[in-house]
Amino acid sequence: MNKSAPTRTAAFEARLKKRYAAERRFKLAGLGAILFSVAVLLFLLVTMTMNGIGGFQRATLQIPVDFTSVGITMPQGLSDKPARMRALERQGLPDLVRFSAEQALGEEAAGELGSSAWRLVAEAVADDPKLLAGKAEFALPASGNLASAFSGDGQVRLQPLAHRLAAEGKLKDSFDPGFLTRSDATDPQEVGIWGALKGSILTMLVTLALAFPIGVFAALYLEEYAPRNRWTDLIEVSINNLAAVPSIIFGLLGLAVFLALFPHMRSAPLIGGMTLALMTMPVIVISGRNAIKAVPPSIRDGAMALGASPIQVVFHHVLPLALPGILTGTIIGMARALGETAPLLMIGMRAFVATPPGGFTDPATVLPVQIFLWSDEIDRGFVERTSAAIIVLLAFLLVMNGLAIYLRNRFEKKW
Amino acid sequence: MSPALLLLLALGFGLAGWLAARARAWSFRRAAPHHRLASLPVYHAWYVALWVGVPLALFAVAWNALAPQLVLQSVLSDPSAAGLPPFGMQRETILAEARNVATGTAPAVFNAGARALVEPFREAILRYNVIGTGVALLIGFLAGTWAFLQLKPDFSAQTRVERAVMSVLLIASLVAILTTLGIFVSLVFETMRFFGMVNPIDFLFGTHWGPDPMSAAAHPDPTRYGALPLFWGTIYIGAIIAMIVAIPLGLMSAVYLTQYADRRWRKWLKPALEILAGVPTVVYGYFAALTIAPLVRQLGQAIGIANASSESALAAGLVMGVMIIPFVSSMADDSLAAVPQAMRDGSLAMGATTNETIRRVLLPAALPGIVAGVMLAISRSIGETMIVVMAAGAAANLSANPFEAMTTVTFQIVAMLTGEGSFDHPATLSAFALGFVLFLVTLALNFIALRVVKRFREAYE
Repeated sequence: MNKSAPTRTAAFEARLKKRYAAERRFKLAGLGAILFSVAVLLFLLVTMTMNGIGGFQRATLQIPVDFTSVGITMPQGLSDKPARMRALERQGLPDLVRFSAEQALGEEAAGELGSSAWRLVAEAVADDPKLLAGKAEFALPASGNLASAFSGDGQVRLQPLAHRLAAEGKLKDSFDPGFLTRSDATDPQEVGIWGALKGSILTMLVTLALAFPIGVFAALYLEEYAPRNRWTDLIEVSINNLAAVPSIIFGLLGLAVFLALFPHMRSAPLIGGMTLALMTMPVIVISGRNAIKAVPPSIRDGAMALGASPIQVVFHHVLPLALPGILTGTIIGMARALGETAPLLMIGMRAFVATPPGGFTDPATVLPVQIFLWSDEIDRGFVERTSAAIIVLLAFLLVMNGLAIYLRNRFEKKW
Repeated sequence: MSPALLLLLALGFGLAGWLAARARAWSFRRAAPHHRLASLPVYHAWYVALWVGVPLALFAVAWNALAPQLVLQSVLSDPSAAGLPPFGMQRETILAEARNVATGTAPAVFNAGARALVEPFREAILRYNVIGTGVALLIGFLAGTWAFLQLKPDFSAQTRVERAVMSVLLIASLVAILTTLGIFVSLVFETMRFFGMVNPIDFLFGTHWGPDPMSAAAHPDPTRYGALPLFWGTIYIGAIIAMIVAIPLGLMSAVYLTQYADRRWRKWLKPALEILAGVPTVVYGYFAALTIAPLVRQLGQAIGIANASSESALAAGLVMGVMIIPFVSSMADDSLAAVPQAMRDGSLAMGATTNETIRRVLLPAALPGIVAGVMLAISRSIGETMIVVMAAGAAANLSANPFEAMTTVTFQIVAMLTGEGSFDHPATLSAFALGFVLFLVTLALNFIALRVVKRFREAYE
């Protein structure tokens, strides 16, 4: 009996060890790659949140106002707020606010009261005329210069004042609910995102109203009815290409075609929505076709066997079953459109719009463009505001994507 | 009559026609209970509703385009329009102002010349409103009556309605072709105008980019329209720096997710990657400009590069690479999944470790798909706009130093079209020429990539 050669020689062992080590290294590299991506994502989110929390606040000055000292009265019979505020302005409310500020903080600090401060007082009084009978303390916005001095940069001249007021507890950061209801302004203390948000909502409505029906109809046609010929191939090729065309090219199209057709509608949500609809439509078609393809043929055969016409088969049976999948794709496409900036820059939605748009043809801007515009501002106060706007945008996207995932899990059937 | 009101009228008429026709069809059924209708009552209803609604809606669109012209003609023929300046800006302003006052969108006239025109405008608008409403009513009534008179028990309304639905579906799918055509034609048209002013050779191979939107439009300086630095910047940022980041990280992520990660981890890691893909580009741009660019600048200064600028190709490229990771990863994921399981099993059975299997068997087999995925990723990153606009800078440098500011095709498109230049100026038109080049390059990349993917899939089927 001769001994069989040992299967595990020393050289083999060494080699095996090396191979296993390589295996571990490789696996670690893979894990590292994916953890790197996750870490970047977390870093991005954390940076935005840290910066953005400040954007939901603004520096305010605490000012007690004694209304009894000057005898301002609320005229009877004025029911709407602007008229009430005008009446208060005529009776010298701005002077009273300024005077109170001088009394409370000194002349220098009163000069650093934000330009809209008296309006806040007027609004509060217009809402509650009983305030006029006594004293009330208001937290009024500081000027942009004082606010940046308070946060540690900006003009050196104002730094001591900011320190003094902060030490006395008269200057502090307080939550600014108005950020969600105001519109763009030149002073970071006065800006808000409602104007841009409303522009985004109007634009998205136009996009949805155009892209959804066209996308779904095109998907139905291509998947259910289209004959196999050169035309159908051409349609498919163009849809696949459109899905990959850079978004800025759609902006050029909107500029050259839509704005040439409707020259007076520059910056209008209608044009923006139409441009984004062309961009979103291919996404809806592609996801719609996949959803329609997933409906088993037996459904069609069954309906057909009971005498349904081809149109009835599709509209009564296939479409309702494919709808959750189509909606998921639509929401994802809309989320992409909501975050889109470049094409809207092309068609002029970067105008400074200080009032929220009233309709589809008014000049407007959208949330991502607003973020872009603010990021270009030199004033340091805009850094925090920009991050806060980004948080709002990301929150919207998160809700939309969450909805898409919910729809997919809740309604999508596995056949 | 506002377009919205006309459309509302179309809807109202359509609804009335729908209800009337359905009632009519039911009455047929009641009159002869044993005689089956050729179509269900609801199809009769839709038949009439379509006949009423579609012509009215078409009229609303046409009238919306036509009416302002008609109003203008009638105002200009008014004797009070004789005092208008013959042409130019002032004339337009006066007319627009008078119209705004007449429609009530502006409170009062500023321009004295406009005052006399307010009344003619008001009259003309009123007159054409009446005419428009009258024609709309007439169209709705005539079309509705004609369709209604067609209804008979054996009238095959269903066939006709379904034919209409089918044509709507066909038209919807033609929108894609029209869009492609629209992009192509508008880009070619404007590019041709640009090439009429600047020689294409100068544009494609010139090495100095610096259009001056304020210069005289008639005689552009061709040496300022050399786009080579832009092409280089685009390739350097989008196809080199971004891909150096995205290809290894994306590929390794895909390998780990598909081959190593257990189910629990995958459930969390994959959506995290998808979130990375869903972050809007403007957010990445802000992140690049605010956080990454200063870091890159410090790094540049630390390794002794004196002119490291705060806007750099490296900052833009790195962030763009991160943005592309999920895209590369999902393409690689698909390609790896398409490799037949038998190949993997065979390799493992021969005693190869997992990583040897991946590197020697799976990756070579999936290579065509991965290459195609990388091409798609490049086509996406060179078309990316916001990151470079916010982080890469405006200086057209033909340099290989990643710490220097560099500009790209997309940046210049934005810069040229959001500036102050007039629409006929070569600087503005150059944006369309750049867009056309970008469109052609991305189209070619996509076309080749899809071909490769298709052939690759077929190879294993």
